[in-house]
Amino acid sequence: MNFLFKSGHRGCAGCCDAMVAKFTLMAAGENCIVVSPTGCLEVMTTPYPESAWGVPWIHSLFENAASVASGIEAALKAMGKDDTKVVAIGGDGGTIDIGMRAISGAFERGHDITYVCIDNEAYMNTGVQRSGATPYDASTTTSPAGAISFGNKRPKKDMPAIMAAHGAPYIATTSLGYPKDMIKKIKKAIDVEGPTYIHAHAPCTTGWGFDSSKTVEVAKLAVQTGLWPLYEMENGEITSVKKIGKQKKPVEDYLKMQRRFKHLFTKEGGDEELKKIQAIADENIVKFGLE
Amino acid sequence: MMSIRVGGVCDPGSTRINKTGGWRTFRPVYDYDKCVKCKLCELLCPDMSVLEREDGYFQFDYDFCKGCGICANECPKGAISMVLEEK
Repeated sequence: MNFLFKSGHRGCAGCCDAMVAKFTLMAAGENCIVVSPTGCLEVMTTPYPESAWGVPWIHSLFENAASVASGIEAALKAMGKDDTKVVAIGGDGGTIDIGMRAISGAFERGHDITYVCIDNEAYMNTGVQRSGATPYDASTTTSPAGAISFGNKRPKKDMPAIMAAHGAPYIATTSLGYPKDMIKKIKKAIDVEGPTYIHAHAPCTTGWGFDSSKTVEVAKLAVQTGLWPLYEMENGEITSVKKIGKQKKPVEDYLKMQRRFKHLFTKEGGDEELKKIQAIADENIVKFGLE
Repeated sequence: MMSIRVGGVCDPGSTRINKTGGWRTFRPVYDYDKCVKCKLCELLCPDMSVLEREDGYFQFDYDFCKGCGICANECPKGAISMVLEEK
């Protein structure tokens, strides 16, 4: 297959961003314009004067990918080029923290864009600082586990719910562990008129601390434990859920593969913390009906 | 001195001048007796380094493969092994 996302990019071996970008372009096809905020994806795909993108691509500032995408969509509409799709794609930092104001505005104004958030749960490009997407108890350089801390004290920000509150017609969570699910949902998001949001869970070999061959395996475990539920929301209602049923695994299976959670298995009191994380998974399983 | 085009425009797919194969420590190798052409390796490769051959089997593009090992880890038939590069 001739992929629109090209080799030679500077992503780490086993890079999650590269995989999500590849799947996004498989879903979008060549008649699209892509906008990326600052982040790993931007830096590693476009070292000047090169681009790994086989489609038109533009770098915005860190905070305004959704605003730039809005402008492109409005211009295409004015020019009568309705067939060309506009896709914004960026990391969790550029989307749910720094990009929040811009994405909120774009969705509230109702632009016909699709926003794909590649969620690797911290600021990887600048050295693994915590973001609003960093999960409970993950050790990052700004939430380090140590003598008096088990790492990040806060749970993940529920970004899909925030986007649903904007009245978006289509929102979905997905994971690079399930590429066919991801491609199908991105295609659907692009086809639905109006602002649509895809939240793609993406394990980062460098920032999370696992072998580069395990990117997909770790991603699948996040889903199979219930820590990352896969669902679709149409006009604010959950319309489909990926059941985990018999595949259900204890959260330890997922956590023990990653250096960022190592302290939970070595530090006194770790057992209690593991119970709290299992409770988060169990809550998801009930809330989304994953069993 | 490098000249900069108006708007800083770059050519699509131009990262292909950068051969990332030199990053590799382990080289993936197919056992074609085990391969069932399921295409999962082609789908998952983050470096688009799995190329389809005319006979439907695949070969690696060692110019770009960084040796991450995702293909070997995920292959449902165990048809890919990772072999240490020797130089």
